[in-house]
Amino acid sequence: MTTRPDVIVVGAGIVGAACAYYLARQGRRVAVFDASFAGSGTTAAGMGHIVVMDDSEPQFALTSWSQRLLDDLLPELPADAEFDRCGTLWVAEDEPQLEVARRKLSLYHARGVDAELLEGPGLARLEPMLRKGLAGGLRVPGDGVVYPPAVARWLLHEAVRRGASLMEGRRIEAILPRAVRTADGQLHADVVINAAGAEAARLTPRLPIVPRKGHLVITERAPDTCRHQVVELGYLQSAHTMSTASVAFNVQPRPTGQLLLGSSRELVGWDDSINRELLGRMIRRATAFMPGLARLNALRTWTGFRPATPDKLPLIGEWPEVEGLWIAAGHEGLGITTALGTGALLADLIAGHAPVIDAGPFAPGRALPEAA
Amino acid sequence: MGESAASAIEADVAIVGAGPAGIAAAVHASGAGRRVVVLDAAPRPGGQIWRHQSRESLPGVAREWLDRLDRSGAVTFMSTGVVDAGPGLRLGAEHQGRPIVVHAGSLVIATGAQERFLPFPGWTLPGVMGVGGAQALVKAGMEVGGRRVAVAGTGPLLLPVAAALRRAGADLRLVAEQATAARVLGFAASLWRTPRRLAQAVAYRAAFAGVRYRWGTWVVRVDAAEGELHATYTDGRSTWAEPVDLLCAASGLVPSTELARLLGCAVVDGGVAVDRLQLTSVPNVYAAGEPTGNTGVDAALVEGAIAGLAAAGRGDEAGAYIPARDRHRDFSLRTVSAFRLREELRRRVGPDTIVCRCEDVPYSALRPSWGARQAKLATRAGMGSCQARVCGPAMQYLFGSAADSVRVPLLPTPLGVLADLSESGNDSQGADR
Amino acid sequence: MSLLVQIRVNGAPLGVPGGSSLAAALLNAGFTAFRMSVHGEPRGPVCGMGTCFECRVTIDGAPGRRACLEPVREGMAVELDG
Repeated sequence: MTTRPDVIVVGAGIVGAACAYYLARQGRRVAVFDASFAGSGTTAAGMGHIVVMDDSEPQFALTSWSQRLLDDLLPELPADAEFDRCGTLWVAEDEPQLEVARRKLSLYHARGVDAELLEGPGLARLEPMLRKGLAGGLRVPGDGVVYPPAVARWLLHEAVRRGASLMEGRRIEAILPRAVRTADGQLHADVVINAAGAEAARLTPRLPIVPRKGHLVITERAPDTCRHQVVELGYLQSAHTMSTASVAFNVQPRPTGQLLLGSSRELVGWDDSINRELLGRMIRRATAFMPGLARLNALRTWTGFRPATPDKLPLIGEWPEVEGLWIAAGHEGLGITTALGTGALLADLIAGHAPVIDAGPFAPGRALPEAA
Repeated sequence: MGESAASAIEADVAIVGAGPAGIAAAVHASGAGRRVVVLDAAPRPGGQIWRHQSRESLPGVAREWLDRLDRSGAVTFMSTGVVDAGPGLRLGAEHQGRPIVVHAGSLVIATGAQERFLPFPGWTLPGVMGVGGAQALVKAGMEVGGRRVAVAGTGPLLLPVAAALRRAGADLRLVAEQATAARVLGFAASLWRTPRRLAQAVAYRAAFAGVRYRWGTWVVRVDAAEGELHATYTDGRSTWAEPVDLLCAASGLVPSTELARLLGCAVVDGGVAVDRLQLTSVPNVYAAGEPTGNTGVDAALVEGAIAGLAAAGRGDEAGAYIPARDRHRDFSLRTVSAFRLREELRRRVGPDTIVCRCEDVPYSALRPSWGARQAKLATRAGMGSCQARVCGPAMQYLFGSAADSVRVPLLPTPLGVLADLSESGNDSQGADR
Repeated sequence: MSLLVQIRVNGAPLGVPGGSSLAAALLNAGFTAFRMSVHGEPRGPVCGMGTCFECRVTIDGAPGRRACLEPVREGMAVELDG
């Protein structure tokens, strides 16, 4: 690298890639570093669900804005990004959960998100594999799925086309004021972005980001068995339980006809081995909703680490403790959905433009005790 | 799924693989008084080399070992695929849609070898099979009488398969060994130390006397035209094409090490590393036969004996077998050296040649600099049903890429079975066989 | 001389020699391809020993079973995949 970059992005996952994309579009010289290859970490492990979420106003703002940004880019996305607007089907087991679905419905309608409430029989028509006796569900047709590594690669490819450099196999050893250190020495830039996902706290120790492990299974091809990303409403409880290991039913049809099954959450440090007992619980949770899954052959299992924060919102913005350092990390299970919004928001903040959504809730400084 | 938790079996020694190595291990471990369980995905014991429908068709030594297995007291679970293994030792297996858990004090990995299939244009056409593959199918009842058959491969497997195809009535047209004449003759000359092996080789050759047997010759491509296969061969000087009904093509053997790798056993040069008593780098886990990289039935029988005794806690009695094992290891090394693959086999692929059969990934989609994992994420190569058993060795040979890590399940397994196998401490009593 | 076993392939009855594997029986009956590849190409058995998975078929409703490892059984219902 001969000329000093304007921006160094640490991490070529989908979030780092989105940052590079929007910054390169602004005409900045961007250098992206990854210890391995682009999109090889959490980006490769996740489900690729593009979903609008309403747990909080900021989350809703970020997920829905990101969806609109993705819609804008759809005509340019390559085929291997495998975008499919299959919609999300939130499933309610019982009447209390159906009530949650009704509240979601009114919130979505109030904000212009297309959604449809279904009682039991309607549910069966949409997804015949679901067992009888479920109370109903909520269908959100605007949601979809993508193949995240391909999206990350494309975003980086577009950034490189506009002059960015991608340095794969180059681990960042430390982030310094307006610089990073690699095995080859120091590289300086006015702006450094920590987009290292679950590992972000290794470089910026006071970041409240911990790895939240998840399991996934993919089956052999079973075409025409499942049409939506189907998620149990109880998922929202699982996502909020920080302490104990939890599972929730979550299944996605892949373009190949394979079914991708999740999800589990546990905090066990960096142990990436398959926890057989938790895997079994996850599968049984899934077959409790779709009994026919039991007969499908599982082909592969794997794990990934979600970058989790205490308030379930990512950290997007300036880091007060290190000169020139910005953070784009901590997206838990919504990194794929919110990568574009994160990149666009951060690019606006760095440029001093008025952000499209309120950036306050994402301010990294909120994590510091001094910020009261 | 649902009603039955996994059947749980308790054993002192579990043996995965019922080929010669597994059978020898079972006989010796059982003879030492241990409770022995043998698991194999095939319907009958014997592995590849002793595959049979009826025992009468087998050579005497095979019948004797199978009889000894019957009398040994070892419990065999056939048509049972091991899909998981972990500390304890605990094995998870599937038998026709039902889960079986085995708890064992020690394990002998006798999972054999598989053929190495290197891509060439047309290799995915129906009618193109492996060398051992064709023999396995013939033994399982495939009719080849009167069909035009060609065999193109390498190594000790070639001659017995050619002989077997001829005996089964095939119109055998060509037997092509990719190794050079110098290497083959050098290897044959080295057999003077083992007259039995030399006599065997001569007998195999005699069984297909009159059929062209060429050294330094390999298949270049296969095309389908007018409902017929046409195989193109070369010897490096001339190249020619011939019609064929069945082309048996493969490039030697690779050790089957998936189970060993799942358990974390160290693997060196593609073979499971073992000490003088066949112990792997994982406590109480042994490996015998082809998985260690020592090829051949003689090595398998001796290594199986050592592993069986050691796994049964009688390693001190294994000493008698060690000189024989060392001799067979020398033979194995000479075999591997004589029949190592020639460079030209790397250059057969064209841009459209399928490399990953399960996912239809062509050569042009792959980058030589990628490792197996990056290739997977970029192209899906290795993500299919065979779990990279075919494309893994192919990509290693073409690009030098090391295999990706192995995870449960070792075989495609019904989700319900996988869930049942994962239940910890929830096992029912005793064997239900 | 082995007895004939009656199986069904894609709904049609087929008599096959008892003791043979399903893969061998299908090949003998003229089924050279058991499945279609991702891009629609016909595929048949290759390795004969259960490692290549090219011979996979649905047996009695269970998908992805390797025909080369299954002995034929009276009443077996086979669907060739794809």
